[in-house]
Amino acid sequence: MSKVNFSNYDTTGYYDEMFSASNNIRPSYERFKLRLEKMSKKKLRNLQHATDRAQLSLGMTFNVYSDNQGVERILHLDIIPRIISGEDWEGLAKGLEQRIEALNLFINDIYNEQKVLKDNIIPKELVLSSAGYLKECRGLNPPRNVWSHISGTDLIRGDDGKFYVLEDNLRCPSGVSYMLENREILKRTFPELFEKLHVRPVNDYTHHLRDMLESLTPVSPASIAVLTPGIYNSAYFEHAYLAQQMGAELVEGRDLLVRDNYVYMITTNGLQRVDVIYRRVDDDFIDPLVFNKDSLLGTPGLFEAYRKGNVVLVNAPGAGVADDKAIYAYIPRLIKYYLDEEVLLPNIKTYLCAEEEDCKYVLENLHTLVVKQTDGSGGYGMLIGPKSTKEECKEFAGRIKKNPRNYIAQPMINLSRVPTLTEDTIEGRHVDLRPYCLYGKDIKIVPGALTRVALTKGSLVVNSSQGGGSKDTWVLDSKSN
Amino acid sequence: MLSRVANSMYWMNRYIERAENYARFMDVNFNLSLESPPDTQEQWKPLVVITGDWPLYQSLYNTVDKNKIIYFLGFDPKNPNSIYSSISMARENARAIRPEITREVWEQINSMYFYVRASLGKKLWKSKDPRMFFKKIKEDCQLLYGIFDATISRSDGWHFGKIGQMIERADKTSRVMDVKYHILLSTPQDVGGSLDLMQWAALLKSVSAYDMYRKKYGRLTALKISEFLILDKRFPRSILCCLIQAEQSLKEITGNTAGFSNEAEKKLGKLKSELEFIDINEIVEIGLHEYLDGYQKQLNAVSTSLYNSFFVAQVQLQVQQ
Repeated sequence: MSKVNFSNYDTTGYYDEMFSASNNIRPSYERFKLRLEKMSKKKLRNLQHATDRAQLSLGMTFNVYSDNQGVERILHLDIIPRIISGEDWEGLAKGLEQRIEALNLFINDIYNEQKVLKDNIIPKELVLSSAGYLKECRGLNPPRNVWSHISGTDLIRGDDGKFYVLEDNLRCPSGVSYMLENREILKRTFPELFEKLHVRPVNDYTHHLRDMLESLTPVSPASIAVLTPGIYNSAYFEHAYLAQQMGAELVEGRDLLVRDNYVYMITTNGLQRVDVIYRRVDDDFIDPLVFNKDSLLGTPGLFEAYRKGNVVLVNAPGAGVADDKAIYAYIPRLIKYYLDEEVLLPNIKTYLCAEEEDCKYVLENLHTLVVKQTDGSGGYGMLIGPKSTKEECKEFAGRIKKNPRNYIAQPMINLSRVPTLTEDTIEGRHVDLRPYCLYGKDIKIVPGALTRVALTKGSLVVNSSQGGGSKDTWVLDSKSN
Repeated sequence: MLSRVANSMYWMNRYIERAENYARFMDVNFNLSLESPPDTQEQWKPLVVITGDWPLYQSLYNTVDKNKIIYFLGFDPKNPNSIYSSISMARENARAIRPEITREVWEQINSMYFYVRASLGKKLWKSKDPRMFFKKIKEDCQLLYGIFDATISRSDGWHFGKIGQMIERADKTSRVMDVKYHILLSTPQDVGGSLDLMQWAALLKSVSAYDMYRKKYGRLTALKISEFLILDKRFPRSILCCLIQAEQSLKEITGNTAGFSNEAEKKLGKLKSELEFIDINEIVEIGLHEYLDGYQKQLNAVSTSLYNSFFVAQVQLQVQQ
């Protein structure tokens, strides 16, 4: 029986989470490596298969194309964990708290006094032209003035070993159920390691989520619902999972009804009031009377009930103004402006095509840059210059010239790698990191995250819709490494 | 509970009960076919007739043969009531109400779905002996009943599920009787006359009633078998017993103790009372087929009134205090 070994593992060219450049094991992975080296390759592979089966059995599946029952897939979970030292985590958590606090102050300012625009910290046109800016939200003050209660910031670790913010997700970030269920599965895969390593637990996330939602309404006991687009939505598993774990109702738009500006669920004994809605339906679709008229996912009158303060919507509509990729570039300045602090988690250098000089640079250097749509997500609508053909670059240049406001560009960053099980061996694959912040009375970040991994060799795109998988993320106790 | 959720709970349980009944019908029929003379392909057709999908079968297939019928009832995605379709639909409903059921219930339904899907892929209906498929479906469904009862609180959801299960069961027991009656006897007067013992024994086995019947009556007679399957108060698959259980669950939901508080309660209560206060000789006088036909119409009306009383949005607009 041949044992697992890392003697041929290649770390050249990238920051590796497990090994240093001189091929020494990093302290956070020491015990893990010892354990794996005692295991036969066959056993490791069997553990991976058991994981695939566990995911199917739990129903952790997503529909690739809407309405098509046949195409149901699992998000591949690679069993080799991504381990983060306690020290690294402390730094990350502080930086995230700072960022989320500042971004919420920014959103509240934009929809109210707009001091930040008057003080010329950020161009007015840039903010007001953002697809996430909703004029209907002007003058609103959600409870505690928090707009983005649940956020999932995408971070990466660069060649220098430092963490950078790649993008902010302030609307309906998904994936937290994978953070929680991946952990449940890995606890069965490597039970003894959890004990020895002092991996910090994440399973109280849904308790904190419920507490946060309850903290937004004076009604007690609060009636809480999770609003889902339905079973064909790619994140339906998560919606159902969170509702179940919190003991909240899982509702679709057609289960709700608005009467006299109050929101009710249609039940077998009549109409029942709803106080807080964790909605997983995009802003555009929540209310056909105010936004997209053709939406069948929302409930007519919901927005008016929200404006009147009779129901809390989480996250608040309009929060997306702050995760526009063009506004991202200004966040370090916004942190300084609102908190009078230096940014703890740096941004990646960003060129705004909306600005003439930047745009010129971008068009001249397309082949070295990554270009993204400012309101895009899911890895769609982007160009990875160094990996694209001349024709693709040319086509993209045309799109940028047509609508420069819609694009930003960043230098190509080499995402760090983590050893990953491939068909016949273990190789480094690129990863990002998405921790989740809850913001109600205060900011709460559970010590864990979703690590997304680009399964295709050399690929830098980690999105599940584009061949990405996931890993369990272990945050270690500060004392134990 | 949400009207949509109640509806899904009801249907999830109906579909599972349907799948189990189909599996049992086919298992028994397959056994029977092994001992029958070679020219009795005909005995597969009644199976399709029971289900009410004979017209659909005829529109899809030109010939009647054992393999086609096993495919049609067990695996055919084009048949909305096949075991494959029933379990897929049960899973769709379970997915839609995932937070209302336990992880154990979900995992069981989900694993059944993967099993029927794999069986469809493996073309199990072509195998020499598809009984392992029927057996597995029966066992899986029965395991699910156990998990459902052992892990779900007796709140409205459980009761809506129970009603769905009991109505489906009452429907299937009556259909299996009615169709056997068609084959065995040509006129109502013949009930109690000469009969093919093997066929009647098979009928009892089709609804898992053979052992309990033998214990109670010993001898197989058409009259006693009919009485047992329609009017027995203690056998869990008899029509009356199913209606009693459905009514109990409905009363738990409405909290009503006497009379009725909505259309569903009224229709179900009346139907149950009718069976409670009739004896088998009166049924024979009316004619078994005629009686069952009338009963089935009333059972369908119960199902419709459940929908109108609980599952549709428009009637639920009273604000709860």
